[in-house]
Amino acid sequence: MPPEVTLPQIISANERAILDDWLRLQQEAAGGRRGLIKDETLKSQSAEFLSLLAGAMTGGDRSAAWAPLNEFLTELSRARAVLGFSSSETATFIFSLKQPLFQALRKSHTDPAKLADDIWATTQVLDRLGLQTTESFITTREQMINRQQQEMMELSTPVVQLWAGILALPLIGTLDSARTQVVMENLLQRIVDTGSAIAILDITGVPTVDTLVAQHLLKTVAAARLMGADCIISGIRPQIAQTIVHLGVELGSVTTKATLADAFAVALSRLNLSIEQRAR
Amino acid sequence: MSVERIPILKMGSILLVSIQVDMHDQLALQLQDDLTARIASTGARGVLLDISSLEIVDSFIGRMLSNIAGMSRVLDAETVVVGMRPAVAITLVELGLSLPGIRTAVNVEKGIELLTGRLPSA
Repeated sequence: MPPEVTLPQIISANERAILDDWLRLQQEAAGGRRGLIKDETLKSQSAEFLSLLAGAMTGGDRSAAWAPLNEFLTELSRARAVLGFSSSETATFIFSLKQPLFQALRKSHTDPAKLADDIWATTQVLDRLGLQTTESFITTREQMINRQQQEMMELSTPVVQLWAGILALPLIGTLDSARTQVVMENLLQRIVDTGSAIAILDITGVPTVDTLVAQHLLKTVAAARLMGADCIISGIRPQIAQTIVHLGVELGSVTTKATLADAFAVALSRLNLSIEQRAR
Repeated sequence: MSVERIPILKMGSILLVSIQVDMHDQLALQLQDDLTARIASTGARGVLLDISSLEIVDSFIGRMLSNIAGMSRVLDAETVVVGMRPAVAITLVELGLSLPGIRTAVNVEKGIELLTGRLPSA
């Protein structure tokens, strides 16, 4: 009777064959999307994973033995999520290892019962790793989405200083309550920071103005006025002017202008400034 | 018993009131009394209310600001509120108090400019 061989020994002994088979399967599975990752990178990643797996299995059930493998896998999934792999493509990295590994097991075992046991153990390990890779893939994606949402929020509410004492706020996109809050806070903070007395709200990029949007705008104007800054609303398109009147929205004493340039001219004259053409 | 008071400083024809403590109702009423008395006795033409240290407002304080402006106007003094914090401004707007009768300025400097520019040979 041959001496008992263990799983890690089998993996180490057949490393070459398993790796070749595994790489071939991965490349087949990738199909037309092979360009996403270089063959050499894939090869080195696969080799590292295999040696880490053998190392972890030698350590038995202790979680410390699995830590390097888990870390490597999390990092790999994260990198793939960033590269634009889909979740199933990322999971395939693990699951395509099954076939070459099972073949190696079949060659090394003569006892069917022992073979079944080992296949079951391997399946369990690989399934767990597969789930883990999917999970860290999803976590990375969620982080990306959250970051993009925040960036969008920040990008869409810039407050720019046109001149000493004149701020402009080019609003782009629909104004809902959440965005109005951010816009208002940004604007008021900048008024404090710069000591500006005039703020121009440019709504050229706001697609529609309904009563709610108008109310949000008026709130912003009222808050800015309380802080001692006058607001001018500019960028009112002809259709929007019509909508405002049809809806019966009362803009009150707020100065409104058709273009940002007009509003800027008004702001300059309020500060007793003027732009003149130089004599040649 | 000494009553806590908010100091009122006289600068030419302007009275400067700087609120540096947490405003409570009794203090607000005391300020109304003191300020109207000072305007009457000094013949001040302007009141500068600096609320840059005021962090918390409620509807009562909002109304108090309105009242002070109204009383001063009756006594022929213009009120300018300066240095309101963003959070305070947002709160007042959400409370529906946009204080239509009050003049405002970003900081004390601008407030004095506003008052002296308005007053005849101050």
